[in-house]
Amino acid sequence: MITPTIGPIIETHDLGRDFRVRDGLRRRTVVAVDRLSIRVEPGEAVGYIGANGAGKSTTIKLLTGILMPTRGTVATCGLRPMADRRRLAREVGVVFGQRTQLWWDLPVRDSLRLLASIHALGRVAERERTDELVERLELAEFLGTPVRQLSLGQRMRAEVAAALLHSPRLVILDEPTIGLDVLSKQRLREFLIAERSRHGTTLLLTTHDMGDVERLCDRILLVDRGSLVYDGTLAGLSRTVGAERVLVVDLAEPTPDLADVPDTRHLGSEAGGMRQRLAFDPESTTAARVLASLSDRAELVDLAVEEPEIEEIVRRIYASRR
Amino acid sequence: MADLAAYRAVLASRIRAQRSYRTSFVLDLASSLLVGFVELAEVWVVFHAVTELGGLDLAAVVLVFGLADLAFSLADLSFGHCDTLPTYLRAGTLDVFYLRPQPLLLQLITSDISLRRLARAVVGAAALGVGLAVNDVAWSLASVALIVLALVSGIATFAAMFVWAAGAQFYLIDGAEATNAFVYGGRYAATQPASVWSRPLVVVFGFFFPMAFTAYLPVVTLLGLPGPEWMPTWLGWCAPVAALWAWVLALLTWRAGVRHYQGGGG
Amino acid sequence: MRTYLRLFVAGFRRQSTYRLAAFGGLVANTAFGLLKVALLFAAVRTSGGELAGYDVAMMSSYIWISQGMLGSVNLTGRTEIADRIRTGDVAVDFLRPLDVHLASVTTEVGRAVFALIPRGIPSVVIGALLVGMAVPEDPWAYPLGAVSLLLGIVVSATTVYLVGVSGFWLLETRGVALLYMVVSGFLAGLFVPIALFPDWLRLVATATPFPAMMMYPVDVLSGRVGGAAAVGLVALQVLWLVLTVAAGQLATRAGRRRLEVQGG
Repeated sequence: MITPTIGPIIETHDLGRDFRVRDGLRRRTVVAVDRLSIRVEPGEAVGYIGANGAGKSTTIKLLTGILMPTRGTVATCGLRPMADRRRLAREVGVVFGQRTQLWWDLPVRDSLRLLASIHALGRVAERERTDELVERLELAEFLGTPVRQLSLGQRMRAEVAAALLHSPRLVILDEPTIGLDVLSKQRLREFLIAERSRHGTTLLLTTHDMGDVERLCDRILLVDRGSLVYDGTLAGLSRTVGAERVLVVDLAEPTPDLADVPDTRHLGSEAGGMRQRLAFDPESTTAARVLASLSDRAELVDLAVEEPEIEEIVRRIYASRR
Repeated sequence: MADLAAYRAVLASRIRAQRSYRTSFVLDLASSLLVGFVELAEVWVVFHAVTELGGLDLAAVVLVFGLADLAFSLADLSFGHCDTLPTYLRAGTLDVFYLRPQPLLLQLITSDISLRRLARAVVGAAALGVGLAVNDVAWSLASVALIVLALVSGIATFAAMFVWAAGAQFYLIDGAEATNAFVYGGRYAATQPASVWSRPLVVVFGFFFPMAFTAYLPVVTLLGLPGPEWMPTWLGWCAPVAALWAWVLALLTWRAGVRHYQGGGG
Repeated sequence: MRTYLRLFVAGFRRQSTYRLAAFGGLVANTAFGLLKVALLFAAVRTSGGELAGYDVAMMSSYIWISQGMLGSVNLTGRTEIADRIRTGDVAVDFLRPLDVHLASVTTEVGRAVFALIPRGIPSVVIGALLVGMAVPEDPWAYPLGAVSLLLGIVVSATTVYLVGVSGFWLLETRGVALLYMVVSGFLAGLFVPIALFPDWLRLVATATPFPAMMMYPVDVLSGRVGGAAAVGLVALQVLWLVLTVAAGQLATRAGRRRLEVQGG
């Protein structure tokens, strides 16, 4: 089978999806996805973020042929998801953080074997790929354990192996790190980074965990109420809302609040004024200029610049649109 | 062909998994056997109180029961798993099926197999054997062909009922009992002499869901009994036509259900 | 007392959210009812219009009242308490200042009484309109029938509770529940009235609590059994209630001790 290798992995034009819901006795239409036009090139790693109910899961279902679009067009791996569902299934792997594609009463090894025959992998390909995934996801210690007895972190690693077994070109991860401890998250992220650099896999990731986005994604799509509100890099995202940076200074002696430094806002003082926090807008001044004004007023011992939190930026973008 | 290997692999793993829980598997087998016996007893109790019902005597009704119950249990063994669709819909398991390169319906059917239902088939087979022995069957090539045809068509018809019900579940997730009325009600109907039915029952269980064709009509033809007035004696030979109709109905309903899920659900 | 009243109402309320399920149940009740009508009417007619004391109208009453009770009498063997014991959640129930046994039964009865509205009454009405049925002439049959119906529902709840609490001792109660499901419907007289059973089988049935759940209330409500005999059936129901409640109390206490010893 010849699969298209050139052209975008995901391409949507004015994609839209409505749901009819019953509201008491009346029925009304809820727009879950609206005029979504995105283009993802092979090898990209894209974070698809937004609040609960912003339309993330619906988009994933539209991309994989589970739901039919109400409006617009969608092509995944150059295929039409609904019409070419079975061909598309060989190109895409999906990890759902909340539902399992493993057989709960079978050992992990058996689940992987079953999936290999479902995807019609050859004997050699199956062994090589299984060995690779077992080693890099560290599955060996629980390969013989039934899925229902796995810890959440173990299960998630097995889920990822299951979704990636057929070496899909596009991997979609829906909340892959939800509920995982710090170490498990870290391992999973490292694996995904390695997988991407080794096989050139395209990643599309929905998450609430901004650590995932920072570590894994070089591009962000932010959705709000079904519409795309931002498409670009993480750094660019903070610029769009004009997010303030925060300068934290430790001073030599207790000092009254430094409320009169030009182009800054005094956020607070600790330790009787030994440590003070000042916010400034990087568009109208620079850290150097603020420091210069500060050293006229007090003796600095140490300083740090805090970058804005992504959650905060997203919250602000949402607030500005309400 | 590759698809076939996938189904075989899934089914083989299901069978292994069931046998590995030995105690509960044995208990399941025993209770399934008991279900079969109690269902036979329900029929027997009525015929114990009267000598003849709707043109059938006890011997003939045991044959009807055996044929219907064997066909139903074998269909239940392989297709009964379609019942779990509402659970799959609620848990989102169905979405996982979409991500695999096989047809959805085949994935649903082959996602499990209930070996314990074999025990029920044993009761049906025994009743069929006893029924064939105690009735005055004019053995010939034709009568053997009729029995085989009836059994195969009966299995297909009941299997279609499970698929039809699964298709309808896309619309009535919480209303599974409505389809049970026709699937399990259909099984109950199939073990009865259809000659006692009122007109609405003849329409629903005689023709729309062709339950009378799974056992009663072939037995009437086989034994040369006087059937109800709406039936010519050769109608028992039409079981395959009934099975075909049941499958048309089932596949249309399934397709509509899947469309509804992709178009309206979420 | 107020707490149990609230539990009853909560069981009642929760059921009212499943409207589609109730509709599905009604469809199933009607389909099965009509099939039973066909078979049992034919049996009565074949025997010259009377079979074991049933004429056609009385048989109709039996069929539709028993179909109507199907949603209220637990013939599946499945209960919430069984799940709570299996998952260990029952430990939380023991911490509450409530009698676990009584609370569980009250909730179940609330659920069951509610089911009479979308399933019980419509089934009887559909039967009366489609087929017609006999009604008792004695005015006393109605209040006595209502008492008997309620007793039937309660006995079913207290009996199925025993299946659930067997989980304190058994690892898996699914087998017991399945056994209960298979036997209870048959011996409660769901498919064939117990009067049609051969003598030995009728004796077996009478020795179990199952006829007290369905057959006796149906007999009293339909007027098939009247006068002193009807009072006798209700007394028999009370006897089964006392027995099953006593067994439930003992089992709950023993189960609690077992839980405390084993630490859950």
